[in-house]
Amino acid sequence: MAIDFLAPQAASTLDGGDESDLIRRLRQGDKHACAECIDRHSAGVYRLALRMVSDPHEAEDIVQETFLSAFKAIASFEGRAGLGTWLYRIAYNTALMRLRKKQPLYVPIDTPTTPDEEENFTAPVQLFDWCCLPEEDFQTREARTELERAISELPETLRTVFVLRELEGLSTEETAQVLNVSVSNVKVRLHRARLWLRERLAGYFTELVQQPA
Amino acid sequence: MTHNNCQHLLADLSDYIDGDAADAVCAEIERHLAECPDCRAVVDTLRKTIYLYRTLPPPVLSASARARLIASLSFDDASGA
Repeated sequence: MAIDFLAPQAASTLDGGDESDLIRRLRQGDKHACAECIDRHSAGVYRLALRMVSDPHEAEDIVQETFLSAFKAIASFEGRAGLGTWLYRIAYNTALMRLRKKQPLYVPIDTPTTPDEEENFTAPVQLFDWCCLPEEDFQTREARTELERAISELPETLRTVFVLRELEGLSTEETAQVLNVSVSNVKVRLHRARLWLRERLAGYFTELVQQPA
Repeated sequence: MTHNNCQHLLADLSDYIDGDAADAVCAEIERHLAECPDCRAVVDTLRKTIYLYRTLPPPVLSASARARLIASLSFDDASGA
């Protein structure tokens, strides 16, 4: 029976499947397994790529490169991390290489922070308590756009940790594996990213409160 | 953020909010929050920030992009392995 590889698999078959069986079939070059792997993991790989390069078309190219590289290298996958974690790592490295080509001074995640960064990221300045604004003020298109912009403008050294840990739901340990940094590094950078975003949103919501009705 | 230990406590705020801080650290933070309105504002708005980005709709890989991905991997013959 011919399989329609263009039809997304039913979600129930994607989430609870046996990963070791999928890996075994990938190693055999099974096209059904490749399609299943894409259906399980392409959404997350795309989100990471998009948050890194901020361009939907380039993010799609990174997804394609990621899966091509992964299927070619599946024999060397040792299974110490989950398949998804491994794919995130390939996608991260692929996006990183593209960013370095475009921005030779791009600062990767494993670069130590400078003393200036240490000071600047940890001191809240905006102290107005905007958390109890009406809920509708948080759900406007403008508020969401502001949040998206803030995430896209997170310093590079913080953004990838933030995306993997907070938006993709990886554990601290998995995030450290993807980025090849220490667990404590992940925790520090996530904390700084949260404070940075809070500060940015505080500026927006404080201004909103102060606008004349 | 004017008290001497505001900056000191700031480093533990994520662990506190995530429920990962030790009991003694939690108690110290809560004692401080009871007397420091600035830090209460930071904690309240940090919690709200986390809530807002966790409920943000995720970007989606379109069906057409998935189709291009499958095609690029030479699976478009649809004839099975």
